[in-house]
Amino acid sequence: MQTVSLEKSVAMIPDGASVMIGGFMAVGTPERVIDEIVRQNKRDLTVIANDTAMPGRGIGKLVTAKLLRKVIASHIGLNPETQKQMMAGEMEVELVPQGTLIERIRAGGFGLGGILTQTGVGTPVEEGKQRIEVNGKTYLLELALRADFALVHAFLADYLGNLGYALTARNFNPVIAMGADKVIACADNIVPVGVISPDHVVTPAPVVDYLVANPS
Amino acid sequence: MEPQTIIARRIARELRSGMLVNLGIGIPTLVANHLPAGIQVFFQSENGLIGTGAVPEEGMAHPTLTDAAGRPVTALPGACTFDSAMSFGLIRGGHLDLTVLGGLQVDQTGLLANWTIPKKMVPGMGGAMDLVSGAKRVIVAMQHTAKGNPKIMKKCTLPVTATRRVDLVVTEMAVIAFPDGRATLMETGPGVSVAQITAATQAELVIPDRVPEMTL
Repeated sequence: MQTVSLEKSVAMIPDGASVMIGGFMAVGTPERVIDEIVRQNKRDLTVIANDTAMPGRGIGKLVTAKLLRKVIASHIGLNPETQKQMMAGEMEVELVPQGTLIERIRAGGFGLGGILTQTGVGTPVEEGKQRIEVNGKTYLLELALRADFALVHAFLADYLGNLGYALTARNFNPVIAMGADKVIACADNIVPVGVISPDHVVTPAPVVDYLVANPS
Repeated sequence: MEPQTIIARRIARELRSGMLVNLGIGIPTLVANHLPAGIQVFFQSENGLIGTGAVPEEGMAHPTLTDAAGRPVTALPGACTFDSAMSFGLIRGGHLDLTVLGGLQVDQTGLLANWTIPKKMVPGMGGAMDLVSGAKRVIVAMQHTAKGNPKIMKKCTLPVTATRRVDLVVTEMAVIAFPDGRATLMETGPGVSVAQITAATQAELVIPDRVPEMTL
């Protein structure tokens, strides 16, 4: 684990990279990292996240700056700009049920090839997917998802990279921290090693590669 | 009484102490305002909260305490927070007693369409497919018609949300259940006649000899 400057952390992300981003309607999104991606004008990114927030907040800023080639998300309804770019064919959008999306990411991070879920059976979500019967129930095989980078927002970190989260800002963050080759965590509070009680560490330090401070 | 209030008050009567309940956006959210006296339920927000409380007083909003629409909420004493994988594990894993969702259409066998109008409204399904597939009981809260057009249909013209059938539909005009997979009129709305209901419904309704009026 290394502590790095904001600028360096984002400079590592090449154009065309796949990036998982934490947050639910921008709550729990590392806003500072997003702003730096916009400043460094990273292009053709594939973003995997719950939603595209709204214009001017979180992932919405990447959409407005037209930095995305593709979005894999469960909800884009509060960002008219995402819908506009999708309809105009400027950006590809893959819509995935929220529980399936988080489980696909979890599978990717937990060394599983995919998961079986009843969600989506008999709906347009099923198109192109394998049905598997288990004990008389029909499931869809949903494949694991991984990304080049995960951009995690944490409330608390220590200098080893142990992370803790606050309230509903946790959402996708601890799951994406397992699902990417390089994990960049942006923490509101960074404390000395040993300060966070072992029971309160949600993301273990070894999965975090880079730590960026988020001064308030 | 406003149609939304009739619907919310009638659905609130379905709640029992100790239930874990997920309320969707729109009319379903209003159900929490009409909880009968003495009933204590756990409300889940699928962004990662059990124990969701009322909207905070002006100036008391916390930036990382939000509901599934990203709006500020409060957390009641005894609340707990968790990540999205846990949240949907609760939903799909048989732990969620009741979900109340909005609807665009319901067919006469209880299939629900509530997530898209192709080419017009493509917000993404969010958690809707997981909720309808996974909750122990599914109640649809919606107005009986949309701009005079029936929403309770012989067959949904919009893509369905799941192959799992809903348990109850509550509108301002009627309560409809689906015993043996057939839409059956259980109750009439305040001051609404059976003839008015059948005239506003495209589905073939089973009408028992005696249909009581809703108690609110």
